[in-house]
Amino acid sequence: MKQLMELRINGEAHQVAFEPYKTLLEVLREDLDLTGTKHGCELGECGACSVLIDGDAVMSCIYLAIEAGDKEITTVEGLADRGDPTALQRAFARTGGAQCGYCTPGMLMSGTALLQRNQQPTRDDIKEALAGNLCRCTGYTKIFEAVELAAEELRDTDEQRRAG
Amino acid sequence: MGEFSVIGKRNLKYDWFAKLTGAARYTDDLKLPRMIYGRLLRSPYPHARILHIDASRAQALPGVFAVVTGNELPVQYGILPSSQDETALAIDKVRYMGEAVAGVAAIDEWTAEDACNLIEVIYEPLQPIMTIDDALDSDAEKIHAWNDKGNIHKDVELVFGNVEEGFAQADYVREDEFWFEGNTHVPMENHAVLANYEPTGRLTVWSSTQTPHYLHRELSKALELPPSRIRVIVPPVGGGFGGKSEAFSHEVVAPVLSRKSGRPVLIGLSREEVFYCHRGRHPVKMWVKTGVKRDGSITAMHFKSILDGGAYGSYGVATTYYTGALNTLPYNVPRYRFEGKRVFTNKPPCGPKRGHGTVQPRFAIECQLDKIAEALELDPADMRMRNAVQPNSWTVNHLRVTSCGLKEAIETAVERSGWREKRRALPAGKGIGLAGSVYLSGAGLPIYWNPLPHSGAQIKVDRSGGITVYCGTSDIGQDSDSMLAYVVAEELGVDVADVRLVTGDTDLAPVDLGSYSSRVTFMAGNAAKRAAEKLKKQLFEAAADAMSVPVDKLAAAGGIIYFVEDTSKQVRFAQAAQYAEKMYGTLGATGSYTPPKLAGKYKGAGVGPSPAYTFTCCIAEVEVDLETGILEVKKLTVGHDLGRAINPVVCEGQIEGGMYMGYGEAVVEEQIFRKGLHKQPSLLEYKIPTSLDMPELEAHIVETIDPEGPFGAKEVGQGPLAPVIPAIANAVYHAIGIRFDSTPITADKIMRALEAKRKGATLLPRIASAE
Repeated sequence: MKQLMELRINGEAHQVAFEPYKTLLEVLREDLDLTGTKHGCELGECGACSVLIDGDAVMSCIYLAIEAGDKEITTVEGLADRGDPTALQRAFARTGGAQCGYCTPGMLMSGTALLQRNQQPTRDDIKEALAGNLCRCTGYTKIFEAVELAAEELRDTDEQRRAG
Repeated sequence: MGEFSVIGKRNLKYDWFAKLTGAARYTDDLKLPRMIYGRLLRSPYPHARILHIDASRAQALPGVFAVVTGNELPVQYGILPSSQDETALAIDKVRYMGEAVAGVAAIDEWTAEDACNLIEVIYEPLQPIMTIDDALDSDAEKIHAWNDKGNIHKDVELVFGNVEEGFAQADYVREDEFWFEGNTHVPMENHAVLANYEPTGRLTVWSSTQTPHYLHRELSKALELPPSRIRVIVPPVGGGFGGKSEAFSHEVVAPVLSRKSGRPVLIGLSREEVFYCHRGRHPVKMWVKTGVKRDGSITAMHFKSILDGGAYGSYGVATTYYTGALNTLPYNVPRYRFEGKRVFTNKPPCGPKRGHGTVQPRFAIECQLDKIAEALELDPADMRMRNAVQPNSWTVNHLRVTSCGLKEAIETAVERSGWREKRRALPAGKGIGLAGSVYLSGAGLPIYWNPLPHSGAQIKVDRSGGITVYCGTSDIGQDSDSMLAYVVAEELGVDVADVRLVTGDTDLAPVDLGSYSSRVTFMAGNAAKRAAEKLKKQLFEAAADAMSVPVDKLAAAGGIIYFVEDTSKQVRFAQAAQYAEKMYGTLGATGSYTPPKLAGKYKGAGVGPSPAYTFTCCIAEVEVDLETGILEVKKLTVGHDLGRAINPVVCEGQIEGGMYMGYGEAVVEEQIFRKGLHKQPSLLEYKIPTSLDMPELEAHIVETIDPEGPFGAKEVGQGPLAPVIPAIANAVYHAIGIRFDSTPITADKIMRALEAKRKGATLLPRIASAE
């Protein structure tokens, strides 16, 4: 039997009915048409399905949607506020951090979670934060560079804000 | 202002916004009204006769709309005209575990899966043939009844000059055996297809394919539908690496399920199924004999390969030839003999993976050259420099070399890595190794013989100044879309953002043969450039007429067409488009590219020729833990001659991606089987490098400005992979004095070899083509 629930996704409340055994990945993609969240294994191996749950990067393919009732969910669609890309998205664009683009949403979510808690990440911090997100195209280098570039921009913006 | 305003600049990619915001819709993201879901039932046996199939219980399950079995799709097809040996669903016999046997379409995937489990198949298991040795056993059960050579699929031999004479002239001759383990592509996106068959007889197929044109042809054959009624559309593809280059069962079955159910049918494969689709790197056993003079110059080479092909032909005949074709590059080999053999085994079919058939022999040759350099007390880099082919030369097997930056690539890698100092000074356990390589900028001949262009492009310019480029290319993440936009924007002197693309659609765009053999920049780039040149001529004529200036004194840049002697005389691009439309009517032009006829006059000469070759050098720095055998690759430095970088960001990304993939093949990746079963059909078991595993990567672009490439560009997608693997093997030898002549070089192999070495063993380690 389907169960009606309210999920808070990207700052919006969604009333959605789904079978209780469905994963958050399935509900996002199949019931809410939020197909920006990808799937490469559905076994928690590749990280393509990563979303933020209360700010932490979580693999939505091994997370039941019914567990997310009182949580704040952010997907890749929720990053660019009114079409304005985040510092990390812009940095990915500049360094060429996305090739085929399939791991990209998951990378962006893990990278965003890192930058929210650490605006001065070392290369090792970045490698650690992205260790659960497999990429087959880039060799990761341009992704590391994107996170570093975004961190730099976020620090500059912060400094300007404090100065202003 | 530099020579170009777009080419060579670090521009944003054409699709950056869609791919970074979740807006890009891949095949499995698509949804059509009334769409249902398909699943395939797959064989649990590697080799078995099908005695009986009964799908009636599946058909009767509520929610099931259609079921299809093999006898409904009897037409055999295959990517190569000489290997038409597959059917979409197995008939009478299954030849590998995971082969598709039946298809179901249902209201959702769960129901489809349940229905698959209700299909009753009675198998009579047969002895599986799992190794090259099994396959060469003439008493073994034939995998294909038609094969009059037992389980040998293909047997080829090519001789160029007298190798025995060459060996006689040599000061040093050595023979070595090598084993390259099979491995697979692992694109992050699993294959998917959406098929919509309309009762009017028109079929639309959206598929994650690298080769829409070949899929179009194969679907027409397998479905017995006229190609004019089939439209293949390629949404963004989440990586291919060669693994999405021909028709797969799900692509043939989905249209049938759609026809039978009257609904659009989506089939998205699971990760496990993608391992069964495979078509990846062939396991290859190799023997190579090379003769050299005291100074290291090669006098002759004799190369033998045996490929473990898996259950079907796929691209395998081409792969077999590719294990021999490029061995006369990037070093002069004045006499050359090649013997290649491919066998059938009861495993998922092997096919093309990045570097198609050239990666395995490159491993063997570069490791052997390292041994030769050591024996002759030559620096491995110097020895390769001495043997490097010259620009504008021909090889003994009739390959034409135009631009060639091998020496520059070696010099770049040597300088940037600090090769000379490190080679001398590293302590035990640390090593540095080097290897070179070569690759095609597109196969000179198509998969099926035809005299038509390999790539076509069409450009429309409207009176707003908007430009639309139509080209049948498939962007699999290598940024072929960006390439088209940059080339056309440069030629017409407009902003990249004013160029729109329609690609990967067989109804709307002219044929491009597909994203394989690193052909797209060279071929589609030239086609698009030629179409843009024609339009530019019309625009210039109309602008010259309007400004009353001579047409040959015009230039275009920054959205302006201007008189070069007095830049105050200028028109905006959109204005020029209106003048031209008034003069010529609706504006449009086509361009196409056909490679020059380069093939030699011998059987098998069709594999190897390319309008241009790229040249690469990789230097690897490693550290081996002498206690645990753990190999750490610290740094990889690559110099790659790519002609000209259309966009350095994209080119560096391709080089780094190739280095990554080569690294994975060198140290961990292997597609192996046990008792007929795939040992690791998941990402937990089949390891690919993570962010934590990666060595430092240094990618250096070497430019040689090819005379025939678009703006001088050659390829970058595949070439940089090949030298990484032997460079790592050679570095491991430098570190611990043990040769690893088989891949992957894993910690347990190193551990066993170190132990054996301590016990005084001399021949290490043994080459074994294990199951």
